[in-house]
Amino acid sequence: MQTLMLTVKSNERLNHDTFSLVLEGDNLTFSAPGQFVNVDIPGLYLRRPISVCQSTDTTVRLVFKVVGKGTALMAGYKQGDVVDVLSPLGNGFDVNAEGKKALLVGGGVGTPPLLGLAEELLKKGKEVKAVLGFNTASDIILEKDFRSLLGEGNVTVTTMDGSAGKKGLVTDALEECDVLYSCGPLPMMKAVAQKVKCKCYFSLESRMGCGFGACMGCSIQTANGAKRVCKDGPVFDGEVLIW
Amino acid sequence: MVDLSVKLCNLSLDNPVIPASGTFGYGREYLDFYDPNILGSFSFKGTTKELRFGNPAPRIADCTAGMINSVGLQNPGVEEVLRTELPEMKKVFKKKVIANVCGFSVEEYVYVAEKLCADESVGIIELNISCPNVHNGGMSFGTDAKCAYEVTYAVKKSVTKPLMVKLSPNVTDITVIAKACEDAGADAVSLINTLLGMRIDLKTKKPVIYNKTGGFSGPAVFPVALQAVYRTYEKVNIPIVGMGGVSSAEDVIEMMLVGATAVQIGTANLKNPYACKEIIDLLPAVMEKYRIKSLKEIIGGAHR
Repeated sequence: MQTLMLTVKSNERLNHDTFSLVLEGDNLTFSAPGQFVNVDIPGLYLRRPISVCQSTDTTVRLVFKVVGKGTALMAGYKQGDVVDVLSPLGNGFDVNAEGKKALLVGGGVGTPPLLGLAEELLKKGKEVKAVLGFNTASDIILEKDFRSLLGEGNVTVTTMDGSAGKKGLVTDALEECDVLYSCGPLPMMKAVAQKVKCKCYFSLESRMGCGFGACMGCSIQTANGAKRVCKDGPVFDGEVLIW
Repeated sequence: MVDLSVKLCNLSLDNPVIPASGTFGYGREYLDFYDPNILGSFSFKGTTKELRFGNPAPRIADCTAGMINSVGLQNPGVEEVLRTELPEMKKVFKKKVIANVCGFSVEEYVYVAEKLCADESVGIIELNISCPNVHNGGMSFGTDAKCAYEVTYAVKKSVTKPLMVKLSPNVTDITVIAKACEDAGADAVSLINTLLGMRIDLKTKKPVIYNKTGGFSGPAVFPVALQAVYRTYEKVNIPIVGMGGVSSAEDVIEMMLVGATAVQIGTANLKNPYACKEIIDLLPAVMEKYRIKSLKEIIGGAHR
């Protein structure tokens, strides 16, 4: 963990409210997909935790939805701007979980960390499929990225209103797998957890104070006692989560 | 060569910088950032008799120049702290630590303080009297001079190490509470704890914090903290540890000028985990700029 001064390489609008921000700099080391960074935004007090979509040794891609003041300011970042980022944070997904067939289940702006996860799982020789759920066609993000990475037939998109892909919920499109990784709204992940029997990993979201385990601002109750979403998570084994 | 050292009760501190309770855990979370032994000391997470999960989420709200927290004293309980947290802490922190004690009755405060006092790593007991008193309709010990006196007196009788009482600013006159603690035998007071605050989420039109209100802290409260320490310095003869929004070496010096013997830094650590290290590194240059040779000599300087 350290604070890094990163430079905005690009900031691209993906749809009406979601942006893809690529930051560049040295010492970007992530130990697993699904980790996050905590972004210091001038004018706001607390940093804003944003999950890592993809990363290289010198870049990190953050895909975020504008939901409040912080993300609205981030949407305004321009190429060349310098951003103070605390990184890397959290545990990330376990890409060494047993089993050959992996299923990624994303909901809305929860899908970005699954893209970096898909890359790592492919490197491990896993068979990877993805089910990505959105409310409506205009909310869809990263569909092309997933399809070009995993192959056209291995990605299912669902929309609640049927305006694109398969009409319905992600739980209507789940496929058999050995291990399931999910990130999205809590009710979606809860429905997924109730429907499948395989090993599951879920990435949670929380309001955070520090992002590195010091303040206990993001604690949750689990089967193994109190855990911090920022430090012990954000990814938790489905068996320990209390829905 | 400037002198950063201060003496707090019977503790000689290399510098007056002390991370505040609740923002530094039991020390472990900052090892990635710097060696905690550069600190004067640190005040560990508020500890109760039993394990506490604390309040439901959301516990955190961002504010202009600060934040609200409603953690609710999450901690593993005093036995577990003694069994696992302190032994781990001692591996990396070689100085005396400040043990922050919380309770919901006088008996609980005494129990926890006695237990922690017995650990050799503990240099000072800090009593957080902002907790609600279950025997007094849930009113905080710290908002009533009589309750503050009673709990301070009872704990002082049962501990052998210096006792510092951490005061809430959510009172009519903090100096009255400080005086009551001094009269009850407190060896020092620390102030200010967080101010009561709240935020509303415009989308849901409901409070952001699950418990509706929480403790407001951060740079915005610094002037409030300064006046509280300034006025308390005029009323008590025991040392004061100043805190509330301190975020820079300049803030530390201001806080000492109004009467603080040492300074706690809380919220700043959460935004910038290097905050205390940066302050300690910058203090000598800032002291030289303002022609301060020794920090000890400026304590209460604004009163003279």
